[in-house]
Amino acid sequence: MLSIRNLRARRVQVDDLNLDAGDCIAVMGPSGSGKSLMLRAVADLDPAEGEITLDGHERMSMTGPRWRRQVMYVGPESGWWEDRVGAHFEDPEAATGVLRRLGFKAEALNWPVSRLSTGERQRLAIARAFDRGPRVLLLDEPTGALDQAATALVESVLHDFLMDGGIVLMATHEKAQAARLGKRVLTMNEGRLSA
Amino acid sequence: MTAQAISLTPLDLVLAALLLIINGAISIRLRLGITRSLAVAATRMVVQLLLVGLVLKYLFAVKSPWLTLGVVFIMIGFAGYEIMNRQDRKLTGWWSYGIGVSTMTFAAVTVTLLALSTQLRPDPWWDARYAVPILGMLLGNAMTGISLGLNNLLTAVTRERWAVEAQIALGHPREVAMRPFIRRALKTALMPTVNAMAATGVVSLPGMMTGQILAGADPVEAVKYQLLIMFLIGGATGIGAVTAIFAAVWRVTDARHRLRLDRIEGTDA
Repeated sequence: MLSIRNLRARRVQVDDLNLDAGDCIAVMGPSGSGKSLMLRAVADLDPAEGEITLDGHERMSMTGPRWRRQVMYVGPESGWWEDRVGAHFEDPEAATGVLRRLGFKAEALNWPVSRLSTGERQRLAIARAFDRGPRVLLLDEPTGALDQAATALVESVLHDFLMDGGIVLMATHEKAQAARLGKRVLTMNEGRLSA
Repeated sequence: MTAQAISLTPLDLVLAALLLIINGAISIRLRLGITRSLAVAATRMVVQLLLVGLVLKYLFAVKSPWLTLGVVFIMIGFAGYEIMNRQDRKLTGWWSYGIGVSTMTFAAVTVTLLALSTQLRPDPWWDARYAVPILGMLLGNAMTGISLGLNNLLTAVTRERWAVEAQIALGHPREVAMRPFIRRALKTALMPTVNAMAATGVVSLPGMMTGQILAGADPVEAVKYQLLIMFLIGGATGIGAVTAIFAAVWRVTDARHRLRLDRIEGTDA
């Protein structure tokens, strides 16, 4: 269970939010309302006060990297630091399964990053997050650059992740997507969440 | 061992300066528009060097450790100002200046003390005739290395923030996430020194060595001094650049291994 209490970050405030294993909460709201800032604060990417625990373990009781391996943020813009796609995976062999489900052949691992389209980058960024085996995924507009077919692939992978007891907190602009995946849909306005 | 140096008269210098005046005439004729900057640069050079010559002559004559120390501080102040001037991106507050000046001073002073206490051993050890020129050369080179390294690091981290943040979000510690940037910044910082070492003697004779030879020194003695200076420069630049870059990496990340672009001026993190 991921629980957030009295989270105070720049322009965002979350008083009380709990996600059980298998829960998916979709957060909607206008641009600039603080959805991304909230996700970044939960991933401990920006300084924030308050208590965030995963299965009873407080984020400050472990190092930042250790927390982020379990509570993983996938941003709207993916960053790449090596030339080849495969170099961004910890276990490229094991990643072929999720790659195939996201619509890639295994040889995609040998592609140069510079040749990827925006949509390919977005799907591969989700694949490399799965490769690290997180417990919680914090997704920031995960299908913003994707067409309908690719969106369906991503949603089906997320669906299985939830069935396996994963937790998803995501920001989305798409009402239909929020309804398809989200067990609950919340609205963010000026840094505050409401039902 | 040392031949008598040929003394220069003011007239000799005036004749040489005529060459610049020819340059100025060409510039006016062809409307290159650099006459003014040429004149300003030449005048600055003449005034600055004459002043330095007088200051050094006085400094060597009075043999005061305090005065030597004072000159050292003035040199450090100017070099620190130069480091700041060469940054496109700066850390907020006094951090860029602080990191630049402290690492440059640390590297140059340590290596100067090493040279004064082992290879050169002047008496007294702080003799300005040795301490000031050596420290000056080391400060100048460390300054170039540090400013290049810091500038490369901070612009690259700002420009490629998503590459850094992606790694941090995936749970990489800051040492790993910053490694490619540290490597590139260090390479940039050390490049001028490496190039100078590789080309020296083949393409050009180093200025110091040329000066010594013209002043009547035995070429082999001049070479030995040049080698010593190049080793000292390599050491000081390396120490300075490594400490400055690691200090800056430590400043743009925090104990939770987050990237803190809010600590770089002009970024909206």
